[in-house]
Amino acid sequence: MTLRPARIGLYALLALFCIYYLLPLYVMLVNSVKPLSEINSGGMMNLPGEWTLAPWRNAWSEAQVGVAATGLRPYFLNSFLMVIPAVAIASVLGALNGYVLTKWRFRGDTLLFGLMLFGCFIPFQIVLIPMARSLGFLNISGTVTGLVFVHVVYGISFSTLYFRNYYAAFPTELVRAAEIDGAGFFTIFWRILLPNSGPIAVVCVIWLFTNIWNDFLFGASFSDFDSQPMTVALNNLVQSSTGEKEYNVHFAGAIMAALPTLLVYIVAGRFFVRGLMSGSVKG
Amino acid sequence: MTQAFLNIDKVTKSYGAVRVLNETDIAVQQGEFLVLVGPSGCGKSTLLNMIAGLEQISSGEVSINGRVVNDVPPADRNIAMVFQSYALYPNMTVRGNISFSMEMHKVPKAERDKKIAAVAELLQITHLLDRKPGQLSGGQRQRVAMGRALTRDPDVFLFDEPLSNLDAKLRVDMRTEIKKLHQKLGTTIVYVTHDQVEALTLSTRIAVMFGGDVQQLGTPDEVYNNPANMFVAGFMGSPAMNLFPAELIELNGAVGVKVTTAGGYITLPFPHGADLHGQIGREIVLGIRPESMTDPESADHDSSCLEHVDLPVELVETTGADSFVTILLGGKECIGRFRAKSAATAGQLTHVTFDMSRAVAFDPKTELRLA
Repeated sequence: MTLRPARIGLYALLALFCIYYLLPLYVMLVNSVKPLSEINSGGMMNLPGEWTLAPWRNAWSEAQVGVAATGLRPYFLNSFLMVIPAVAIASVLGALNGYVLTKWRFRGDTLLFGLMLFGCFIPFQIVLIPMARSLGFLNISGTVTGLVFVHVVYGISFSTLYFRNYYAAFPTELVRAAEIDGAGFFTIFWRILLPNSGPIAVVCVIWLFTNIWNDFLFGASFSDFDSQPMTVALNNLVQSSTGEKEYNVHFAGAIMAALPTLLVYIVAGRFFVRGLMSGSVKG
Repeated sequence: MTQAFLNIDKVTKSYGAVRVLNETDIAVQQGEFLVLVGPSGCGKSTLLNMIAGLEQISSGEVSINGRVVNDVPPADRNIAMVFQSYALYPNMTVRGNISFSMEMHKVPKAERDKKIAAVAELLQITHLLDRKPGQLSGGQRQRVAMGRALTRDPDVFLFDEPLSNLDAKLRVDMRTEIKKLHQKLGTTIVYVTHDQVEALTLSTRIAVMFGGDVQQLGTPDEVYNNPANMFVAGFMGSPAMNLFPAELIELNGAVGVKVTTAGGYITLPFPHGADLHGQIGREIVLGIRPESMTDPESADHDSSCLEHVDLPVELVETTGADSFVTILLGGKECIGRFRAKSAATAGQLTHVTFDMSRAVAFDPKTELRLA
């Protein structure tokens, strides 16, 4: 194959876009591994003159976050304690909802689905006060459990939407066959539906994980100092540094905060498009 | 009358105000092969699903082996079903698929393995046991679906258009295999299809359905040779029975029919019409099967009433074994099944032999059988 000018132009354009998109990441990376003095003396785009991992260590375990000099480590853990159960519960409930809404239809199921869909469009700010009251009532305000609860409630709308549309295209004859074979409601769900839900489960998990991990508003509103997620802690890290702004530490912290979602995309990303497309085309 | 093995008693099905199955009575004896046949939307699949327990029965009763099963869940009816799409669980191996039902019924592992081996042997799928359904061909999937049903030793086997996803050749092969399987096992089978050839070849009895009603219930021979109405006559057989208008006349002191042709009219005797002697002059619809309208050499010479006429040919279609010859009768294009070597040529006169002992008559208004 010969490279025609049009094609060369195309590749050049693509390369340009690549650089454009990767530039911020480059800036963050190089500045997180140089001493603060190098940043302050200008040359943000330069490679470090002296390589150091001190900013990373600092951001992870030593930096001043809020009132305590703990680094981001405890909050990183908080985020995981929040995101893993929230994603798991919201996904399973969404799958269960999708299963009922498509395979065990009942009067008013479309209306119910419509109302659940509505949940996708409710802005976060509107529910802040009612949610605060609910958390207080349930006695879980200011805890990681409370945050899990909030994110599950919000996540169900999306996970239901994903699974319902996926299961709508799932052959009902399989469910019927399992019924005749003697499988009950939950057996069919665990043994037949869920094992065949790979692509949509990946989509759902990526979506929920990214949203919940990156959420700031709920984290800032409903957590105490000891239950803050990573995003809130990162903000506190940047805000609470006294005197000199330690940009290299901030960059390192920001990369840390973004790393888990990046990892999820790299591991599961190739299923993402496949999952989004499935159901739209038969086979 | 003794209780039938599978008894469908005044069963109906409605969705809201829409009635899809009118009051239906079918009594199936043990070991029978009943085929429900009809065009789509005739209610045959609905009836099958009600026997299976996958749809609620609106009114009436279904009983299997002496037990009313209206409120018995599908798993406890002791039935097995083969679906049109085979409905194999894609995440399980063939072994897992066959074993699933036994697992659900808490059959011990050793017994399950024995049963799987026996069924796999019977259907010649032993070498496929560890594959996933996605790696199988259509015919193999079909076998696995049957294997899954077989492990249950069901009272009744239900088949929902099991061959319609297969290509033509495989369909014929699998048809033969299902028939063999029935002969070997002797299990009662209810089989739904829209293919009348399948119905005629497989069944011991056929229920022809249309518009939510059983139009006729009978042996393949009865349904084919003595259709109860014009729908059954036109649906069963390929090509379908020729149906064309005729007039009852007096012919040599007996009842005959007068039929217009491309060039004028012909008169034919009508031995079955003896009872219609009082209605000479009445308009009827005459039904003659293509094989009863043929060249003189292929006519059934044992017949008691052969009539030879010369008629103009409109069109000749060769199919290899036979030629289908189109002839205008009563203003309708009628098809005669001629020998492939017959001399019939489009646009020319040819000898046509009518086997009038097999002709039938219908009422043009009610479409019901007259004689």
